[in-house]
Amino acid sequence: MNTQPTPAEPGGIVGALSRNDDDANRRLHARLVQAAEQQNLLDVAYRTIDTPVGPLLLAATQLGLVRVAYVREDHQAVLNRLAEKISPRVLEAPARLDDAARQLDEYFAGGRSQFELALDLRLSSGFRRDILSHLPDIRYGSTASYGELARLAGSPKAVRAVGTACGTNPLPVVVPCHRVVRSDGTQGGYVGGPEAKRTLLTLEAA
Amino acid sequence: MRLKPFEQIVTEHGPTVLRVCRAVLGHHDAEDAWSETFLAALRAYPELDPAANVEAWLVTIAKRKAIDQHRSAARRPLPVDDLPERPGHDGIPEPADGELWEALKLLPLKQREALAYRHLAGLPYASIAGLLGNSEAAARRAAADGLKTLRKSYQGDTP
Repeated sequence: MNTQPTPAEPGGIVGALSRNDDDANRRLHARLVQAAEQQNLLDVAYRTIDTPVGPLLLAATQLGLVRVAYVREDHQAVLNRLAEKISPRVLEAPARLDDAARQLDEYFAGGRSQFELALDLRLSSGFRRDILSHLPDIRYGSTASYGELARLAGSPKAVRAVGTACGTNPLPVVVPCHRVVRSDGTQGGYVGGPEAKRTLLTLEAA
Repeated sequence: MRLKPFEQIVTEHGPTVLRVCRAVLGHHDAEDAWSETFLAALRAYPELDPAANVEAWLVTIAKRKAIDQHRSAARRPLPVDDLPERPGHDGIPEPADGELWEALKLLPLKQREALAYRHLAGLPYASIAGLLGNSEAAARRAAADGLKTLRKSYQGDTP
């Protein structure tokens, strides 16, 4: 007897029953997100926003904003790592990130010089986390060198470690690692690429 | 192997599970069943073996949710010999394939399930037999009988 599955003949019965219903799929997704949030099952919510430095991925746990990622970091790869490191209960759920999205919009419009957001720093630990906690001390519109930041963190010789901490900042833009530059005045590297760093520094200097 | 973000599970399997729920429960109850299925799946997801067949896992949960719905609604349609006459055309466009879904509703539950699990979800008959609590041969027969009845009523209807 024939044990092959019947191919979905387009136009046939199986084809007709297999038709996609995008409206229903969208509706059901929204309903799932809402129920998941109510029942504390939404461990990581995410959305993307358009900005002058390209689309940014924003992700938040129940504790706060946990990740901001540039396109060059590969958003899908970032989501895969969040699933692995935090929880696979990851859903595209814009509402939890409304506040962050609004404040970032204001920042890029030049109307906000600091962020008032709950942050979840669990993706950074030890010395790197120490460094990140000192970054907001560099005021909007100003810069500091890697060496100055190392001194600020109480480890004046750890200049290279400061560079690594900035390079692995899980919350770029919001935690302002773009304000850290080389002591010779040149820009230095950036997780979002040199152009994004220039855009942010120019914006803040205006 | 690692578990993907659940969002990908919804994107990849949500539409199929919706079709299965619609075929088994009808359009009206399908969305409640889908929602309960994916919420239960989200809850259990971190414990899932990353090598598991996700589609079979979801269909198993959906089957359980469908049973709950049948129980609470207690409105299992009876198999009938004669199909109702097709309503006459009066210029109002009918929903796409509305008659097909109507004809599907009239099939015995086991045939609807076998047909949906096989032809919409693509599960092997061995898994379907496990879900339906019958033999592989019975599962295959149920899917074939269901499809045959649908062909008669649906295509026989088309001029």
